[in-house]
Amino acid sequence: MEAKRSLNKIGTLSDALSVIHDGSTVMFGGFGGIGNPPTIIRGMLEKGVKDLTLIGNDSAFPHIGIGQIIKNKQAKKLIASHIGSNPVAGQLMTEGELEVEFSPQGTLAERIRAGGVGIPAFLTDVGLGSMIEEGKEKVTLNNKEYLLETALTADVSIVYAKKADTFGNLIYETSARNTNPLVAMAGTFTIAEVEEIVEPGELAPEEITTPGIFVDLIIKTEGVDWKWVWE
Amino acid sequence: MGMGVDIRNQMANRAAKEIQSGMIVNLGIGIPSLIPNHISQEVEVLFHAENGVLGMGPSPRKGEEDPTLCNAAGYPVTTVHGASYFDSAIAFGIIRSGYLDMTFLGGLEVSEDGDLANWIVPGKRVPGIGGAMELAQKAKKVVVLMNHLNKDGEPKIVKQCSFPLTARRCVSLIITDMAVIEVTSSGLLLKEVIAPRTIEDVIAATGAELTIADRVKVLDPRKEEHS
Repeated sequence: MEAKRSLNKIGTLSDALSVIHDGSTVMFGGFGGIGNPPTIIRGMLEKGVKDLTLIGNDSAFPHIGIGQIIKNKQAKKLIASHIGSNPVAGQLMTEGELEVEFSPQGTLAERIRAGGVGIPAFLTDVGLGSMIEEGKEKVTLNNKEYLLETALTADVSIVYAKKADTFGNLIYETSARNTNPLVAMAGTFTIAEVEEIVEPGELAPEEITTPGIFVDLIIKTEGVDWKWVWE
Repeated sequence: MGMGVDIRNQMANRAAKEIQSGMIVNLGIGIPSLIPNHISQEVEVLFHAENGVLGMGPSPRKGEEDPTLCNAAGYPVTTVHGASYFDSAIAFGIIRSGYLDMTFLGGLEVSEDGDLANWIVPGKRVPGIGGAMELAQKAKKVVVLMNHLNKDGEPKIVKQCSFPLTARRCVSLIITDMAVIEVTSSGLLLKEVIAPRTIEDVIAATGAELTIADRVKVLDPRKEEHS
């Protein structure tokens, strides 16, 4: 699939799963489960891929979104900003079954963005004087001290969007956008799960948030699972 | 609804009084997310959420929730006229660049210098940082909303934080279920007490030295109307 480039990137769930293997680094869009791509995640659960390194904002909930992969012990490492909504993630971390690397949320978003736009690292003063600076290089610029934060990329990025055209131009819905446009850029292979697929030209160029150049495969969602996430 | 919900709303109601017209305000998870329900209609404010919304409105009525539109805690919200959506990098660009006038955060410990610890209890609970470091470090004013005592009945306002810090010298105001305390350059200033607690109760429940304001206001939740 990677060998032949096509301007029509519509595919199936099995096409998506064919690029996700044991040991893959998978970056996921979403915030508190909202905007996690539920159909791809269900496929990953069924395929049983293991030893994954997951990168994304948070570990969602044990029964919603990416949290299910963690609960199912398919991940060996998680890079995230927050695991509070998923007690299983905390438990696996304490038991030593899941390695968790915490990044402040904005730093994490920027590390992903940097990875997606070809910037290897950036400087920030966020986290200076806290546990976050441990093991990180400090750089002095204009007499101020900063932490050097490195970019993040992934073998596969999985995102959720409201609409795609067949080239992969994406638009998002309200706050389900969150980390998705950043994650979409940072994957070597990016899969977009979408609610609706339209022909090129049906999306106004002005409204496109993620240009299709970043997207390799588009699949139609079988429905979202984060409704009533708050109940 | 039990007493717990009432005191949470009482704290949110008190917190809402800090907000002035024209402000850009971010609300953390928990009690802070109740604040929009307590803002008076004359106050023009834009609420920012780090999941990518500027211009959040109050909670929707039951049955009118939009499943994709939520605050940073994952709870359904509405938007006001003039609202915008953006990705997380922009959401934090807004925070880092100093556009937030105020943020309301939860806390595990606050020190007398205004240091905040709110993301990890080593060996016990590791919820994670979320956006707290950027918010604590970069918002112009940081207000912490928390219980005065922890679950073991120990003070959460202390001389020095024992938990790993979120940010140093960042907190301006502490609103608890017992009191309102300002962090000043010369230490902690007790300004308000929530009845039936007394000044003596608050002093006994605080692990750092308190200066008592000339006129300590008594807030009586039993007399105050909630909006």
